[in-house]
Amino acid sequence: MTAPDDLDAGLAALGALTDGVRRAAYRAVRAAGPGPVGRDEVAEALGVGRTLAAFHLDKLVDAGLLEVSYARRTGRTGPGAGRPAKLYRASAAEHAVSVPPRDYRTAAELLAESVERSGADTALFDVAREHGRRTPPGTDVRELLTAHGYLPVETPSGIQLTNCPFHRLAEQFPPLICGMNLAMVSGLLEGAGAAAGWQARMDAAPGRCCVVVSKNNSD
Amino acid sequence: MLLGMTSAFHLAQFNVARLRAPLTDPSIAEFVTGLEIINALADSAPGFVWRLAEGPDGDATAVRPLDPDVIVTLSVWDSIESLRAFSYQSAHLDYLRRRRDWFRPHDRPASLVLWWIPAGHVPTVDEACERLDLVAAGPSPEAFTFRQTFPAPELSTRH
Repeated sequence: MTAPDDLDAGLAALGALTDGVRRAAYRAVRAAGPGPVGRDEVAEALGVGRTLAAFHLDKLVDAGLLEVSYARRTGRTGPGAGRPAKLYRASAAEHAVSVPPRDYRTAAELLAESVERSGADTALFDVAREHGRRTPPGTDVRELLTAHGYLPVETPSGIQLTNCPFHRLAEQFPPLICGMNLAMVSGLLEGAGAAAGWQARMDAAPGRCCVVVSKNNSD
Repeated sequence: MLLGMTSAFHLAQFNVARLRAPLTDPSIAEFVTGLEIINALADSAPGFVWRLAEGPDGDATAVRPLDPDVIVTLSVWDSIESLRAFSYQSAHLDYLRRRRDWFRPHDRPASLVLWWIPAGHVPTVDEACERLDLVAAGPSPEAFTFRQTFPAPELSTRH
C-alpha cells in the first residue's frame, strides 16, 4: 500500500526521473545488463558530454536508483588509465507509488499462496500462456520482451533476460512464479509468430530471469 | 578451539511429497529419471553437506515414514544461501515447476521444514518428522521455511 510515508519515499526516488536526460541515463545503465557501466558509456549512449552524464548519474545515485562501485577498467592506455573508474549499476530496491493507495502486491501474494495450497499450478501456467498468445503477431522478439518488462541481452545461443518483472513474487514462490513466467514467455513467442525460430526454456541461474530464449536449430 | 571459516551450525532440510502414482508407473517416469540427475547435482552443489540415501539406487525413495505414497528428502547444507541456490537457481527449479505432474497438492499442514543443527550432526527421519510438525504451528527459530528464515544460533559459551 502506498501509505503517506511510503508515498514520500517513493516520490523522492521516482521524482529524480522526471528529467528526460536523467531518465535516459537510468535506462542506459539498465540496458547495459547486470554489470556496472562508466560515465563514458552512458555519455556515448545519450549523445551528451561526460560531465553532463556524470551529473545526472550522481543525481540518480543520490535518489537511490543507482549504486556506485570503483574498478580499474581494462584496455585503457595513457594518463589516468591506472586509476579506478567510478561505475554505476541499477539498485535492486523497488519503488512503487499509487494514488489513491492500492495494494496489488499483497493481493498477488495471497493469490499465489492460494494457488500453491490448492495445487492449481497448471491452471496458472495455462492462463499465463493464453495471456501471452494474445500479443499481436509480427512483433520483433527483443522489442516484445522489452515491452513486457524483460531486459533482453544477446548471447551466442539466444537471449538472456536480465530483469525479472515478477522478482519479489518469484523469490517467494519460485516454482509457481517461474513456471508462470516460462508459460507467458512461451505464449508471447507463439502470439508474435516467432515460435518457429525461438524457444523459451527454464535455465535458472543467480542474478537474472530463470527463463532464457534460445534460437531453434533449423535443420 | 581454533577459529575457522566453517560455521558451527549447518542447515537441515526436510521435504515431503505425496506421489500421484507409484514410482513404477509410466506417468512418474520422468521424475524417476530426474532423481539421479538432481541427486548428482545436489552432491556437487556448493555448500552441500549430506543427504539421506538408502538402498541400491542411492536415493531416499524407499524411506516412507509418513504414508506409503509419501516420499521424503532429508539433507544438510552449510547455509540457507547454498540450499536456496541449489533449489531455485539450478536445473532443480525446472523439476519443482513440474511438481504437480507427479505429486498431489499439499494435504498436510506443512511440506517443507528447515532447522539448524550442530555441524557434524546427522539428522534422523524421526527428528525431521518432529520438525515438520513443529513448523505446521508457524515458523520459529526451531523450525522454519524459506519464506521466513532465522539466523543460526549464536555460540553462547566463550572458549
